[in-house]
Amino acid sequence: MPAGIVSYGVYIPKYRIRAQEIARVWGEREDMAQNLNVFEKSVPDFDEDAVTIGVEAARNAVKRASIDPARIGAIYAGSESHPYAVKPTGTIVGEAIGVDHQLTAADFEFACKAGTAAVQACLGLVTANLIDLGLAIGTDTSQGAPGDALEYTAAAGAAAYVIGRENLAAEIEGFYSFTTDTPDFWRREGMPYPEHGGRFTGEPGYFKHVLSATRGLLKKMRTIPEDYDYAVFHQPNGKFPVRVAGQLGFSREQIEPGLVVPWIGNTYSGSSLIGLAATLDVARPGERIFLASFGSGAGSDAFSIKVCDGIEDVRDRAPKVRDYFENVQYLDYAVYAKHKGKLRL
Amino acid sequence: MSTVPRFWRHIPQRYNLVGTHCEKCDEYYYPPRTICPNCRRNAKMEDHKFAGIGTVVTYTTIYNATDDFKRQTPYNLAIIKLDEGPRLTGQVICSPDEIKIGMKVKPVFRILGKEGDRGIIYYGTKFVPVEGSV
Amino acid sequence: MRSVSIIGAGCTRFGERWDDSLRDLVVETGIMALEDTSVSGEEIDGLYVGNMSGGRFVEQEHIGALISDCAGLSRLHVPSTRVEAACASGGLALRQAVLAVASGYSDVVIAAGVEKMTDVTGGVAADALAAAADREWECFFGATFPALYAMIARLHMHRFGTTREELAAVAVKNHHNGCMNPISQYQMEISVDKVMRSPLVADPLRVLDCSPITDGAAAVVLAPTEVASKYSDAPIKILAAAQASDTLALHDRRDITTLDASVYAARKAFDQAGLEPKDIDLAEVHDAFTIGEIVAIEDLGFVEKGEGGRAAEEGLTAIGGKIPINTSGGLKACGHPVGATGIKQAYELVLQLRGEAGKRQVEGAEVGLTHNVGGCGGTALVHIMSR
Repeated sequence: MPAGIVSYGVYIPKYRIRAQEIARVWGEREDMAQNLNVFEKSVPDFDEDAVTIGVEAARNAVKRASIDPARIGAIYAGSESHPYAVKPTGTIVGEAIGVDHQLTAADFEFACKAGTAAVQACLGLVTANLIDLGLAIGTDTSQGAPGDALEYTAAAGAAAYVIGRENLAAEIEGFYSFTTDTPDFWRREGMPYPEHGGRFTGEPGYFKHVLSATRGLLKKMRTIPEDYDYAVFHQPNGKFPVRVAGQLGFSREQIEPGLVVPWIGNTYSGSSLIGLAATLDVARPGERIFLASFGSGAGSDAFSIKVCDGIEDVRDRAPKVRDYFENVQYLDYAVYAKHKGKLRL
Repeated sequence: MSTVPRFWRHIPQRYNLVGTHCEKCDEYYYPPRTICPNCRRNAKMEDHKFAGIGTVVTYTTIYNATDDFKRQTPYNLAIIKLDEGPRLTGQVICSPDEIKIGMKVKPVFRILGKEGDRGIIYYGTKFVPVEGSV
Repeated sequence: MRSVSIIGAGCTRFGERWDDSLRDLVVETGIMALEDTSVSGEEIDGLYVGNMSGGRFVEQEHIGALISDCAGLSRLHVPSTRVEAACASGGLALRQAVLAVASGYSDVVIAAGVEKMTDVTGGVAADALAAAADREWECFFGATFPALYAMIARLHMHRFGTTREELAAVAVKNHHNGCMNPISQYQMEISVDKVMRSPLVADPLRVLDCSPITDGAAAVVLAPTEVASKYSDAPIKILAAAQASDTLALHDRRDITTLDASVYAARKAFDQAGLEPKDIDLAEVHDAFTIGEIVAIEDLGFVEKGEGGRAAEEGLTAIGGKIPINTSGGLKACGHPVGATGIKQAYELVLQLRGEAGKRQVEGAEVGLTHNVGGCGGTALVHIMSR
């Protein structure tokens, strides 16, 4: 029985900082932005965190398809910047969208792929007929240590997906995950900033897992890249997804609508899901989308998605990804540091 | 100092602008009231979820705040009249020279405050100008 | 209901009284008040004390028993009651004391007010004061106490054209008066320019628009009018003691630029006294913030609604003006030890009506009015007294 995406919603905060402004402060190469293919990244407001932006994304998802929150039987919120180490993000989001109390919830963590893992969990409960609708959220207000390479890309954003069996906007035809124990990027309990293995995060990290998951799914689905109209890959910067797409045989045109990182940065658990949303914002019924996320630690979840007629009924009823590119406000480094709490009081 | 139960008790009211409505005299209340000042014990009160769209009646920009809000000054505080009638007090997120009497605003979900580094995070509703927001 | 008079009054120096505790301040003012009259300790049959927040400031409740004890009256087992109405606690204590004597239940009663605010840091004090507002629906959302009055000011300026300079003129006048008041916290002149350049607290209110954190205490002794001359050469008769409430939160008020509690309390007071605003020779009003005085003189009926802004600037409310307001220096200059203010206002009227106000004397003062507000208008007390 088909199951998939009934509705989706995103939220990206309105502040931005330009890569060249960060480079200026740290005395780095002037063409840093071109080097990473990331020109600016989103910055949360003082009173925003992974919970609040998750709520806004979830409210957009509910609004887009007029979801009755009482039908939601599970909420899984994935993030690597949950504000509480103990006390779930999911319950706060649930309360803020007006769910009733007959539901299960838990928070997920798997670096940048916590959101897609949440989608898989919802799919499981939905296809087994154990719940009516599931809400999967990928949300982050990620931190990069001052002066570290990650500072250019660590951004804030959230995407929420309502998973169900009826009135599908897009069907999830199948998925395939590839997971290993690979310490390419991590953050210890209590530490404010993550550590990473530098170049080790490339081949043994991102590329190995995305390639394996993608090839695994294509084989399982008996499809080839040309069978898809669009492809979305996890976007830690603007170079990796372009390179991996090329290696796999996907074209630049296929990944273009979903490639949002140059303008908002890496929204971590939101990253591939926001890329997917940007694609759903333009895809037409019958078109197919390939999605592969990546989370350090490490793993990749690949999905084969077919857009349904239902997308036309819901797409325009809530803000689109590119709506959040308008009316942005640029910050200088000092104000940005204040926003991100990097100035210790 | 822990105020957990006091904060928790009004979560739906703060997150989702749930107030009350007196069916007898048709007046709307947010913040919620148990007793309708018009009808008192003859009232027929029910819950009502407000849409949250409203107009700024008066405002100020706060430069001197309590410790929890210190990093966020200056911030705007306003009395907002919701379309359904009642007035509430809330923050309006925009620059101090943008906020005006008569400005239309809509609700957003934000952190209201925190009990230091170890205590509870209070979430609730603030407002942004309708114009120029997504 | 019999008539009540003030037979004695006292007030401590207001300011940062580092060397003195809440108990010290109470004793100091109690002695002053009693030495102003010939009543003896054994004749006191009731104590009322206004204190907003002993609990938050000095971790002490049960203030009624504390006062009686400090005053050496516990062995006489005098009934002692603490009343609280935020910044109107003093005025409330006065009214309760008046009712006790007027009803015939008590004969000689002391009404006192005390607040010790400097034993905690400024941040804790600000938070304690914020409890005068609506904690759940104003403070939780980020309101501070000055912010509420700032919103009143903003709307008053928008609706009636009241200017920033007009607000400043209130502070300037009250500081000028404070210079002539020996108990005033501040005894220095300021200028409109100095007010306008002081740091912003909550736009449009600046530091010099706001009353300070103050320690202090005041007390008056009340007795039935028919026996007052036995205890005092210059008893002051209480013509009216009125009180009114209004919504706690500013957003629930009928009109944000009017404190209906002040309007109703004033109306009741003038009715009780059989007088009108034009009969008042001077008034002590609640200027916790400069806008407070502007709104007060409108609400009390001294000027039309919307005309309050010009009054200080045009000299209407100066000591030699048509209706002298806050000859003591008001809350702004004299200081605002919260629970004590309402009683200090009565003390100022007693001095003025006796002709003992020195350099700040209002010529020929015969009838005075006190106006004491709790929070941003949830409670108002208005008393009228005469020679």
